[in-house]
Amino acid sequence: MSTGAGIEDLLRELAPQVLGVVIRRFGDFDSAEDAVQEALLAAARHWSAEGMPDNPRGWLIQTAVRRRTDQLRSEQARRRREDAAAMAEPPAADVSDRDDTLILLFMCCHPALTPASAIALTLRAAGGLTTAEIANAFLVPEATMAQRISRAKQRIKASGAAFGMPTGSEWAQRLRSVMHVLYLIFNEGYASSVGADLHRTELSGEAIRLARMLHAALPDDGEVTGLLALMLLTDARRPARTGARGELIPLAQQDRMLWDRGRIAEGVALITGALARGVVGEYQVQALIAAIHDDAAEVGDTDWPQILALYGLLERMTGNPMVALNRAIAAAMVHGPDVGLKLLEPLDGPLAGHYRLDAVRAHLFEMAGDVPAAIAHYRAAAARTTSIPEQQYLTIQAARLRAGTAPPGRADGPPS
Amino acid sequence: MTKFLLLQNYAGTAACDLPMTDWAPGDIKAHIDFQVALNDELAGNGELVDAQGLAGPELAKFVTSDGVGAPVVTDGPFPESKELLAGYRMIDVESQARAIEIAAKASAAPGPGGVPIQQPIEVRQVMGAPGPGE
Repeated sequence: MSTGAGIEDLLRELAPQVLGVVIRRFGDFDSAEDAVQEALLAAARHWSAEGMPDNPRGWLIQTAVRRRTDQLRSEQARRRREDAAAMAEPPAADVSDRDDTLILLFMCCHPALTPASAIALTLRAAGGLTTAEIANAFLVPEATMAQRISRAKQRIKASGAAFGMPTGSEWAQRLRSVMHVLYLIFNEGYASSVGADLHRTELSGEAIRLARMLHAALPDDGEVTGLLALMLLTDARRPARTGARGELIPLAQQDRMLWDRGRIAEGVALITGALARGVVGEYQVQALIAAIHDDAAEVGDTDWPQILALYGLLERMTGNPMVALNRAIAAAMVHGPDVGLKLLEPLDGPLAGHYRLDAVRAHLFEMAGDVPAAIAHYRAAAARTTSIPEQQYLTIQAARLRAGTAPPGRADGPPS
Repeated sequence: MTKFLLLQNYAGTAACDLPMTDWAPGDIKAHIDFQVALNDELAGNGELVDAQGLAGPELAKFVTSDGVGAPVVTDGPFPESKELLAGYRMIDVESQARAIEIAAKASAAPGPGGVPIQQPIEVRQVMGAPGPGE
């Protein structure tokens, strides 16, 4: 445990808890974060040289509080706050580790922030990524990301949000924001919305780590469990999702031997446990759908009727047209492509111009044997996607169908 | 070192006027591999600053504003969409000669049947600080 990597992992795990305590004590995000950073650096130095203290978390809190107190003491204008802080008791016994983690996440995912700001702040403050790492993951200059984070902190300050635990109905609402932000971080890593890299695994890995942290704080919350399970069950397929050249491989064609069995087992255990408790939410349903896909040894073994039923349930819960799109695919797998195509018709309004609608239509027309329509929709989808791997995949699908139907002599080569 | 932008648009070329969806799938893969390998090579040389593909012309918009009223936003499709930028590479190289060498390589990307497509590459120097002695 006293190895460098062991210490680093422990520090990353403890950092958000410690930051939560220090913020609660002093009420100022920026200076609290500075103090915690200094404490973390001090820990990295001392612990590797002198061994781990008996209570690493207490050590970090004490060091960070001392730093912040010293800092306050040197600021004459803040004499009063210094006295209050210096005289404050050690972390109150009624506030547990889990509450400190939660307070920090609640603050980072504050509703006053845009999703992009909440994501950046969460990765910085709760995830412990450096600003440079976050900037790199989102393909923006470091100065830009630093500014985004700093503006997010200012916005929280300006909103007058208390660094405490929200109560009543606000608590549930804030938890939903936290889950949403973690899910966005996961998706940003899994199905990157910009740029050429299909997987920015550091983001998915970080989202899973944060979801584990949230789950540890709220082990009885079914939706938090569902969210963690969904991430694990989806991430399990990552090794099979791209080919050697980074190209996208759709679920049906993936080499299922490459799926991460450990992640699947963990995800299945989590979602099974959550469902046994009764209250079902959308993350749990999505996790269940992912579990059913992961359970099929061959694509042909997929339990499509059950997936269809679950998408129906999810659509009733969310009213989300993207869910309706997925339900149409499941319906096509159960009842044939014509039924799926029929279900796509009402989506022309809500999903007008979205490449996914064209991509699904192309796929279903191909299933139905209507090659010209499939080609046209693959082309339209390729023209509208903003992801390079997806654009390449869709372009190749159009080309593949066209090559298959081209007059003899032209199928494999260029026109002469 | 000097920075250059290498720009390419959607216009067909003398060697290839087929949209990519009409190429053989293997030719598309070869073309993609070529672009990836070129970026890897430039990055490996310490010459690549940035390389990006842009979403298609159908998603393009033109915006004009007089600074007072609501801006005028024009959606595609555009009659001149072939002249729109498709993607760019920014490179940081020793000389203009090296920039031209890289542009030539990019221009000869393989098309249908592996024949170089002869894509026109616009080479534009990025302006910087005044040089010493200027």
